[in-house]
Amino acid sequence: MPSMSSAPISPATTEPIIAVSGLSKTYATGFSALKTIDLEIRRGEIFALLGPNGAGKTTLISIICGLVRPSTGTVFADGHDIIRDYRAARAAIGLVPQELTTDAFETVWATVNFSRGLFGKPRAPALVERILRELSLWDKKDTQIRRLSGGMKRRVMIAKALAHEPRILFLDEPTAGVDVELRQDMWQMVRRLRDEGVTIILTTHYIEEAEEMADRVGVISKGEIILVEEKAELMRKLGKKELTLQLQQPVSALPETLAEFGLRLSADGGEIVYTYDTQAERTGITTLLQGLSEAGIRFRDLSTSQSSLEDIFVSLVKERA
Amino acid sequence: MSALGFNLHAIAAIYRFEMARTWRTPLQSIVSPVISTSLYFIVFGGAIGSRMQAVDGVPYGAFIVPGLIMLSLLTQSIANASFAIYFPKFTGTIYELLSAPVAWWEAVIAYVGAAASKSILLGLIILGTATFFVPLRIEHPAIMLLFLVLTATTFSLFGFIIGIWADGFEKLQVIPLLIVTPLAFLGGAFYSISMLPPFWQTVTLFNPVVYLISGFRWSFFGHADVSLGVSLGMTLIFLAACIAGVGWIFKTGYRLKN
Repeated sequence: MPSMSSAPISPATTEPIIAVSGLSKTYATGFSALKTIDLEIRRGEIFALLGPNGAGKTTLISIICGLVRPSTGTVFADGHDIIRDYRAARAAIGLVPQELTTDAFETVWATVNFSRGLFGKPRAPALVERILRELSLWDKKDTQIRRLSGGMKRRVMIAKALAHEPRILFLDEPTAGVDVELRQDMWQMVRRLRDEGVTIILTTHYIEEAEEMADRVGVISKGEIILVEEKAELMRKLGKKELTLQLQQPVSALPETLAEFGLRLSADGGEIVYTYDTQAERTGITTLLQGLSEAGIRFRDLSTSQSSLEDIFVSLVKERA
Repeated sequence: MSALGFNLHAIAAIYRFEMARTWRTPLQSIVSPVISTSLYFIVFGGAIGSRMQAVDGVPYGAFIVPGLIMLSLLTQSIANASFAIYFPKFTGTIYELLSAPVAWWEAVIAYVGAAASKSILLGLIILGTATFFVPLRIEHPAIMLLFLVLTATTFSLFGFIIGIWADGFEKLQVIPLLIVTPLAFLGGAFYSISMLPPFWQTVTLFNPVVYLISGFRWSFFGHADVSLGVSLGMTLIFLAACIAGVGWIFKTGYRLKN
């Protein structure tokens, strides 16, 4: 990966690399995309911004990157006001937008070098080569972008965002419509960038991705940040799963011996639902199954499900109300 | 970024990018406008011109050359610049420019500079081609080049504004087709405005293209409908208006940012 030209990151630095305060956005249509956002991103972390579609993730990123004007509030990126000192702020930021928008007729090589120049950096063929090699684009460097597959185009957009050696990288829904191979390559690259001191902010609506990658997670819903937590803490809170057992014979009531499990019986008596904590030391599943068998309750099928992120958002918002 | 705080690398990158598009599509960018203008030289210069009266002592075939070059310059400048900024808006790739540490005037210098470079090059190629068909003399080459550069820059700026204003391919075409082409044809490309009845002579003076063609023609033959000073003044006024328009667009984020 390219060596970052910025000064080495001192672990003692407590100043956030991105500081958003009192930020709001109301579009000309009257739609209030962001209420009042206060958010600090720590230097060198991977921060996942989770939220359902339309929650304001992209608006927030677009404001920080200079694509959308804020209605109120301020944003500092790497210590620079994004409006008054936009050159320094933007030079520190790389953006991979959600939409695949590329110059169809340019070659990969030309477009990545173009990006580097646009962000004010002199040509550096060796560095661009390293970026392209890492993203498995080197053998496509002279190919017109329109001849690339969707996954390859996504790689090109990442290469463009990295071409000027940003200290902050925004990945807006990076894995939407991306195959497994690219997803793994991308996460590997994200980790390496983080090791080099690059701060990474990614948006997603897949909780598994946040779980796998992030140091901290923020949840945004209806234009408000409703929580920011260390990932481990959040996973503990959100890591509830449901085990559904379909019974061979419907039962009218659950045996007393199973009361400790807090089971739910469906109205027709044909299903038992057990809610458990995936992060707990013991999920209790083995004991439950033993208990059922001792009580003579047989089941013909079972399934587990995790509450969807949407459900979690709904419950989070309800809790706050 | 340079020490002066200018993003010269960005200007160079955009300029190179835009020029590369020209070399990638030479048929559309250069060959086709040269051929269509040459057809005018053949028809009006070679075929009909010999039967036409000389205008102010200039053979008709030579008389129309400055006007025809201006005609190409106007339409090509507008087309180049409007497309250059409209296309990234259309495909969405403009996100990169808007998120880059680039000042609005740097983007304008790069886009307009590239569009103007292309049309100046085209104007010179057409001029060269014209000498094959009609005998030609240029009395004031420096003034000729000045008008070429001023007109190409002004109309590239104008095209840039159109490209930002347009939110569909139709709008991109409508001003060039419905306003610029008529103004150019009625701007004295094919005739001296002294040939018109007095009333229409007055009307014509409201057509900015008259001043461009007149000034350009003066540089060839040393005399024209309007004096050199007035031509130059009007061209500069239109240039200033276009710069102000572009400045306003970027200050307000009109059609670029929410």
